[in-house]
Amino acid sequence: MTRLFPTAVLAVFFTLFAALSASAQSIDETINSIFASSTGWFVNLIFSNFPGTSFPWIVGWLVVAATVFTVYFGVIQFRAFGHAIALVKGDYSDPNDAGEVSHFQALATALSGTVGLGNIAGVAVAIGIGGPGATFWMILAGLLGMASKFTECTLGVKYRNEYPNGTVSGGPMYYLTKGFAERGMPGGKFLAIMFSIFCILGALGGGNMFQANQAHAQLTNVFGEYPGWITGIVFAGIVFAVIVGGLKSIARVTEKVVPIMGIIYVGTALIIILMNYDKIGWAIGQIFAGAFTGLGVAGGLVGALIQGFRRAAFSNEAGVGSAAIAHSAVRTKEPITEGFVSLLEPLIDTVIVCTMTALVIIITGQLISDPNTGLYVLNEAGTAIQTVGDNSGVALTSAAFSSSIGGFKYILALAVILFAFSTMISWSYYGLKAWTYLFGEGKAQELTFKSIFCLFVVIGASASLGPVIDFSDAAIFAMAVVNIIGLYVLMPIVKRELNSYWSRLKSGEIKKFS
Amino acid sequence: MSEKFVVGYDGSDVAKRALDFAVSRATAQGGSILIVHVLEWSPYSFLTPEEIEERHARRTEELDRAEKALMAPLKSTIAAAGVPVETQIKYGHVAKTLCEVAKKEGATQMVIGRDGDGGLSSRVFGSVAGSLVQVAPVPCTIVP
Repeated sequence: MTRLFPTAVLAVFFTLFAALSASAQSIDETINSIFASSTGWFVNLIFSNFPGTSFPWIVGWLVVAATVFTVYFGVIQFRAFGHAIALVKGDYSDPNDAGEVSHFQALATALSGTVGLGNIAGVAVAIGIGGPGATFWMILAGLLGMASKFTECTLGVKYRNEYPNGTVSGGPMYYLTKGFAERGMPGGKFLAIMFSIFCILGALGGGNMFQANQAHAQLTNVFGEYPGWITGIVFAGIVFAVIVGGLKSIARVTEKVVPIMGIIYVGTALIIILMNYDKIGWAIGQIFAGAFTGLGVAGGLVGALIQGFRRAAFSNEAGVGSAAIAHSAVRTKEPITEGFVSLLEPLIDTVIVCTMTALVIIITGQLISDPNTGLYVLNEAGTAIQTVGDNSGVALTSAAFSSSIGGFKYILALAVILFAFSTMISWSYYGLKAWTYLFGEGKAQELTFKSIFCLFVVIGASASLGPVIDFSDAAIFAMAVVNIIGLYVLMPIVKRELNSYWSRLKSGEIKKFS
Repeated sequence: MSEKFVVGYDGSDVAKRALDFAVSRATAQGGSILIVHVLEWSPYSFLTPEEIEERHARRTEELDRAEKALMAPLKSTIAAAGVPVETQIKYGHVAKTLCEVAKKEGATQMVIGRDGDGGLSSRVFGSVAGSLVQVAPVPCTIVP
């Protein structure tokens, strides 16, 4: 019966949409226009500029926070790097705790939520608009973001809820309430509620619609044009089967295949870069030149910077608070150890994987530049750089990879779908945690959220990239607004944990087990 | 020095035969028995967010079940036969964990069963008995 249930719902979905399919293309258009008009105000609020400048305040907010944490914790991303690797390898894990969630598992699961389309499509968007220079700012944001991630994940573990039945729930909702109470600060509960609302929107946006949207874009790129809602329905059906029907086998297969896809992706990128080894120096030159001069891209130098920071934040989610949810279930007596482990996440996600994508796009010459001036040529609207074949987003990455290795677009399509899917599963969990924080634990509440989540898969696949990406970014950054306020208030607690742990590590009180 | 037998036990028929064999030797030589049940586990496997959230609860359940269903009945019957018996339930790679326990507990012998079907999977991945023959830190008896 339980197995029949998702199939039955799927059948209802299909009948419903088949009835409407007479006007297939117009469904997409309708969804798109309703969506764009109803979310515009929110997007404008989040991306409004500092008065008198063209610099969005939210980008400044993220960068300032990451810089503050980097300084406050004494460049923890480099100081604790070696120790983080040792923790992931299990050198400090008590053998008697075998069978519990290891640092490696917590990191791998959190990574499969962040390594996704942000790394493939998001980077292409950044390079397409901000030029190669965006890469520089993206890497810098990734390196700084390691400190934000460290702070939030330590707090996530420290203030998680452990229930009598042995399950745990953690995340900004919990550290905002418990941590603020501990420091005697008011407003923790209010921030926790705000965070939960934004987390639900973020789960529906970046964790869902953007993924569905770009998965559809990649599929049409390979198989030719067809209406987005078809992809949406199929994806929604599979997601529904997993998160509602409890089809763990699909989730488990994805969890295993995603890391392999990640390695294939980075490996292929490396091969393409090495095939064009003579251009590596030039590409790096373009990245640095673009980072400081603009090279004629849309918005100039500031455009490159904003795009780089925006896409890095979207990709590695540092400071957003989602990772604090993912990392909080690890088994450790020292919350700070999970903080150390989590700082590897932006490194792998942004500094390694995103940079690979960026280098492949630049090296394979997808961006059209004026041979006389060396400046990039903008499209007619002046919003992005002209590309070979007029591609953007995931199609641009696909074109870049395929230009060197012909059949790669099929592998990339598979990677995109799997990444999209695993990100959706992760975000459905983050969103659910926020939802149950607001509305209470219970089967009915869970089913409501999960159904809404599946509906948004269809909307995401049908809408066009612009409104979807704006809303996704806005929702995810709104999470960061609330979360980072919390991190500022609670960072002395993390500092205390850090000092205590570090001195015990140096004195030899904390020992390796192997 | 009295003999201490580490017996790898998973409740299967061959494991029972191995245990019977160890008990008979321990009785004859005045030794003791340490029964070890290993739950296959890798800290490098991949879990979904929900599995991670429930992991601690699942582990407690698994340990409870193994203790109640496998270990508890054995303890009383072997102790009744007059052989000192201890049990341990561990997580990890089966052969590696058995060797670690044998070393740590100062065992003098190990006894395990083998099912001897030699199927494809054991040809490809090796069997517990096969690995122990190669890496056991103390003399190891394999009971067919």
